[in-house]
Amino acid sequence: MMHGLRKWGMMTSVISEISALVGHVLSGGYTVQITVNVNGTAQTSDVEPRQLLVHYVRETLGLTGTNVGCDTSSCGACTLHVNGQSTKSCTMLAVQADGQSVTTIEGIAKGDELHPMQKAFMENHGLQCGYCTPGMVMAAIGILDENPKPTEDEVRVALEGNLCRCTGYHNIVKSILACANG
Amino acid sequence: MIPAAFDYKRASSAEEAISLIAQAGDEAKFLAGGHSLLPLMKLRLAAPSLLIDIGRISDLSYVRESGDHVAIGALTRHTEVENSPVLLQHVPLLAHAAGHVGDPAVRHRGTIGGSIAHADAASDLPATTLALGATYVVQGPNGRRNIAATDFYTGFLENAMDADEMLVEIQVPKMNGAGWSFQKFNRRAQDWAIVGVAAWRRGTDSGVALVNMGSTPILASSVASAIKSGASVADAAQQAVAEADPQGDLNASVEYRTHLAKVLVRRALEESTK
Ligand SMILES: Cc1cc2nc3c(=O)[nH]c(=O)nc-3n(C[C@H](O)[C@H](O)[C@H](O)COP(=O)(O)OP(=O)(O)OC[C@H]3O[C@@H](n4cnc5c(N)ncnc54)[C@H](O)[C@@H]3O)c2cc1C
Ligand code: FES
Ligand code: FES
Repeated sequence: MMHGLRKWGMMTSVISEISALVGHVLSGGYTVQITVNVNGTAQTSDVEPRQLLVHYVRETLGLTGTNVGCDTSSCGACTLHVNGQSTKSCTMLAVQADGQSVTTIEGIAKGDELHPMQKAFMENHGLQCGYCTPGMVMAAIGILDENPKPTEDEVRVALEGNLCRCTGYHNIVKSILACANG
Repeated sequence: MIPAAFDYKRASSAEEAISLIAQAGDEAKFLAGGHSLLPLMKLRLAAPSLLIDIGRISDLSYVRESGDHVAIGALTRHTEVENSPVLLQHVPLLAHAAGHVGDPAVRHRGTIGGSIAHADAASDLPATTLALGATYVVQGPNGRRNIAATDFYTGFLENAMDADEMLVEIQVPKMNGAGWSFQKFNRRAQDWAIVGVAAWRRGTDSGVALVNMGSTPILASSVASAIKSGASVADAAQQAVAEADPQGDLNASVEYRTHLAKVLVRRALEESTK
């Protein structure tokens, strides 16, 4: 697909830059009010329609546990849950979450007690640098919600949208299986 | 990467969405799951001045049996298509193909209507519904009309809908126990197909369509004609690229795509022949 997009991109990039500029001048500062239930608390904010959900949780709400990796919906570092389903928050607008419930990595522990998936990652050495980990944990919780007793193969396939540059995945898979069987 | 600024309106019905787009003109775009449109907007390859969010039109999210076909609301998400008991029973090829779109998080947001309207030759569901002989129902200011999948894909990321029309339903004929196969060849998990094949077969009747073998999804009619006239699977597969017009890119040269298409069509026909 990309070869075509690139051709198309060259043709449209000038036009889109101009219209972006005009659009910005015309609607700069244009905001809409949204209310999102984040980790169990209703949050009301004024956001620009173009604000991405990941920037809303990180910058507007200060919940910086959710990371940005690729910013192109490929790596899964930004995975959180929208209405209980794993979602790449770099590819969703904050306005699309208006009236919905969002759970981030900050919202899964009960006080000092880690979520069983967090515990499983800790006990099975499921992380090294930790950059992919918030997204991995949220994706992993989503995997078990949909398939509580997965096989190892099913876990590996379901993790296809989450990249880890450190672990080689073995201990991440081990952590998820341990949580499922724990 | 942050998209260019735009205005945002949320529609609660197809009628409202259509009247909003009719007022706004071609600077406006529908936003369904956003999993094709938002990446383009982030790269500034698209900069609509208004997004009309149709993602909450819940009465366009359904899978229903309807006589000889299954009707799917355009806003039905890939994950619901993948797991629909009605589709698993009557159109297993489509449920299976939906399960191969991107990864679970992509399937939670992306919609079948968005995938078809986007009309990407590299996407799985346009070719799959083309192979199955689907009909797309579109709605505009003057009501609904049907467009056959064979007439829908008019060029690179282009379709036969007018600017003020919205795709509302996909009608897919029941497969009635036909054999089927979905071949998706890619090098990286989660990625689009370098070449893909969706196929079904019942006796000498068959339907075969190719993913990423031209600027639109390609119906491999010559393969179906060969099967109809009694050709062997191996001979029919030699016709795989008769209608195709593959391009070379970083993943594959034209020669490689051509070879791959023949191999994958053969495998798909073998798997569909029972
Ligand atoms: C990381 C990643 C991997 C992916 N991998 C694959 C893959 O392997 N295979 C694959 O097939 N796809 C893949 N996709 C694309 C995915 O399937 C998209 O969900 C789909 O192509 C578009 O659906 P959407 O609902 O997100 O549409 P949107 O992005 O909201 O819209 C796409 C276009 O269609 C228009 N549109 C949407 N709905 C309608 C409607 N009802 N009527 C008229 N116009 C409409 C919009 O205006 C826009 O122009 C991937 C996407 C990502 C982000
Ligand atoms: S940052 Fe969202 S998927 Fe990589
Ligand atoms: S632990 Fe470093 S990227 Fe996964």
